[in-house]
Parts: sequence; C-alpha cells; structure tokens
Amino acid sequence: MGLLSKRDAALLTDPLADNNPITIQVLGICSALAITAELKASIVMAVSVLFVLGLGNVVISLMRNIIPSKIRIIVQLIVVATLVIIVDLVLKAFAYELSKTLSVFVGLIITNCIIMGRFEAFALGNGPWRAFLDGIGNAVGYGVILIAVGFFRELLGSGTLLGFKVLGDPIEKTGLYAIGYENNGFMLLSPMALIVVGILIWIQRSRNTSLIEEN
Amino acid sequence: MSKRTDSNGYTMMFAVIMVFVVGSLLAFLASSLKPAIKENERIEKQQNILYAMGVNENDASNANFVSTKVAGAEFKKYIKKQLVLEGNKISESQDAYLIDVKKQQANAKDGKVRKLPLFVGEKEGKTFYVAPIRGKGLWDAIWGYVSMDENMVVQGAYFDHKGETPGLGANIKQRYFMDDFIGEHLMTEDGVFKGITVKKGNNDAVNEDKTDYEVDAIAGATITGDGVSAMIKKDLSLYVPYFKNLKK
Repeated sequence: MGLLSKRDAALLTDPLADNNPITIQVLGICSALAITAELKASIVMAVSVLFVLGLGNVVISLMRNIIPSKIRIIVQLIVVATLVIIVDLVLKAFAYELSKTLSVFVGLIITNCIIMGRFEAFALGNGPWRAFLDGIGNAVGYGVILIAVGFFRELLGSGTLLGFKVLGDPIEKTGLYAIGYENNGFMLLSPMALIVVGILIWIQRSRNTSLIEEN
Repeated sequence: MSKRTDSNGYTMMFAVIMVFVVGSLLAFLASSLKPAIKENERIEKQQNILYAMGVNENDASNANFVSTKVAGAEFKKYIKKQLVLEGNKISESQDAYLIDVKKQQANAKDGKVRKLPLFVGEKEGKTFYVAPIRGKGLWDAIWGYVSMDENMVVQGAYFDHKGETPGLGANIKQRYFMDDFIGEHLMTEDGVFKGITVKKGNNDAVNEDKTDYEVDAIAGATITGDGVSAMIKKDLSLYVPYFKNLKK
C-alpha cells in the first residue's frame, strides 16, 4: 500500500486478523449472535457498522480535545445515536424501501460495543485520519466474521444462501435432500452462533499460536 | 495533571451546549422531513392493502409491491369501497385507510367505540375484504393486512414489523410465511370463529390442510409467531358480525 505509511496500514489490517474485534477482543458478540441466522442480514449489518464506525470515529476524534473526560461515554453515546438517527430519518424520507430493511438494525448499531470500544480506545487519542482508518479496519474485521458466521448458519440451518436454495428443495426432496440430507434447525438458534464463533476462534488460534495466552 | 476540560463548570457547559445543539439539529431534521415521511407511509399503506388482495409484482420467491408511482391509481382502481364499522353502524369514507389502528385499539381499551376500517376490493370479478390487524411481536409492534372472501377464507396476507430479529422473527414478511395463510379458513362451517394459529410441528409443513386453522411456524421465532396468531384472533374476530350480516 503505497498510499499509507506502514503504521497507518497496520490500523487497517490488524483488526482483520490478529486483533479482530470479535475473535480476539470478544466485542460485538451480541449482534453477532442476534442477526447471523441469514447471510443477507449479516451483510447489511456489516455495511451499516462500517458506515457508522468510520464516520463516528472521525467525529469523536475531531471533538477529542473538547470532550470533558467525566462525561465522555455519554458524549460518545450521543454522537453515535445522533448519527444513526439522522441516517434513519433521511432514508425514511428519500429511500423508504431501504429504510424498511435497515430500521431493525438501528438499535443494534447504537448499542454495539465495538463502536463504543473504538471511540474510547482509539478515536479519543488519535487524529481524524488515523481514527477513520481504525474505524474502517475494525468494521471490516467485524463484518468478515459476521458474514462467515451468517454463511454457515444459513447454509446448514436453512440450506439456502441469500435466499437461494443451493442444496436443493427440502420439501420436494431434490438435490442433497434426495439422499436423506436434513437441515439442522439448531443452526438458526442463537447458541449455535456462539459455537460457530468459538470454532472460528479455535481455528485462528491453532494457526497463530502466539495468540494463546500463558496461564 | 489537571486540564481545562476537567473542571465541573466546563463539563456542565459542555453538556448543556451539546444537548441544545443535538436536540435542535434532530428536531429540525425530524420536522422538515416529516411531510415526506408521512407521504411515504401513506403510499405504503395503499401498497400493503393492494398486496393483501393480490395486486402486487411478486416474482418467483420475493414479495414486491406495486411501484410507489402507480400505487395511488391502482388503489383507486381496485378498492371499490372503504368502509368504517362502528358498532352496528357502517359508513363509507375515502380516507378509511388512514385510520390509525393503534389509536383505535387504545380507544377500545378506554371503553370508546373502536372504528374498524374494512376495504372492499374487486379483482377479476372476485370480491376481497381487506382488514388491518395489529399486535405485539418479540421486541416491538407487528401489524398486517388480511384479505378474505365473504366466508372469511383468507385470500392473501401481508405482515410487517417494527423491530423483529432479522433472519428470525423478521421473516414474517417473507413470502414463504405469508403465502401459507392463503386459503386458510378463519371460521368453521357453523360460523364459529377460530382464527389461525402459527404452530410448531403441526405435521403440515407444506400447508395442505386448509381447515386446520394452523400454519407452520418459523424456527427460532416462537414469540413473533404467537404475536401473529394473537393479532389475527383478536382483531379479525371483530369483523365476524359484519361477515355474518353479509350472508343473510
């Protein structure tokens, strides 16, 4: 990446692997459990968080020198809530169809701990450009895991991907279902998201043993 | 180390200014966008009602409304009468579709007469009676429109929700769930109102039995499904007297 210095590039790439917000920092688990039953919902959530975290980090970073430390968490909450509500209102007025799809995510975004976590840990102490990169990096790291979990849950739970019946029709018994394959309804329930995330963490740690803590 | 921003006075000032700025920004945005949002909601209601009576642009698996541009004209074309039922009184109104079901439900709770809107539509020589319903899901409100023939057999249904879980409860607005209601009976032959229950494991996943008063539930969305059953039972039962009169 010729455009970015090595330090800046690390801000983008670190959260993708060795400092992933979900699998390493274990943040944002609540939304990872709630909305990954379908691939489409995972993608929408990933894009929304990308937008809010990128923008929010810049706003907080610009305000970092005037925010009183005693009430900084409240200020962060207000900033993210305001951003999300503005987007929601504008979409409702000018892109109503899209807003119908997104409105259920509004609450999930405001309470997403990754967003608060990055505001607190990074944006408050860094300039806007670096904060922006950090926001994008973390949102992508979060999104990648969300989409991976959504992929497996929808595939194994409903036998579909983005609504397309990739494994055949379970009712008409075509494709895989013809030889006795059954969907695993368990995959649609939240606990299975935790197990999928757990497996991802396991894979990541077995590939990179430096991540394993000493007891 | 004490910074200027640590003092109590500064903190107070900051909080007051912040609340003022954010408050006025949001209030200004909300009130200036309100007409556009209201208009969108009005068109959506027309689209919902048309959808329930089968006027839509569905493709193989997705639910699609008629486009917003033609919704008004299509609504005029297909909806022949908009009725308002108040106790035994039946009146006609051009704006019955704008009646706020939530407000009317609250009115009924306060002991006032609840206005029940009913839309009589005609398509290809068939008459449809479309009624709005509203209830509670897991997180927030759910609502919908059900179109019936004169025997209270469901001809089409549209459900929507404010904040059900994406991928689970939110799927009540998917074709595979809504289409299950088509053809289901709400009333027995003797005129006893049964409603339709969203049920797990009813041994009828393909929904062939149309007189079992049940449709197959969505896995992982029990409470939303129960909400759908409840709002159908509660709100549609209010229309039973009208349908009984119709047959006399």
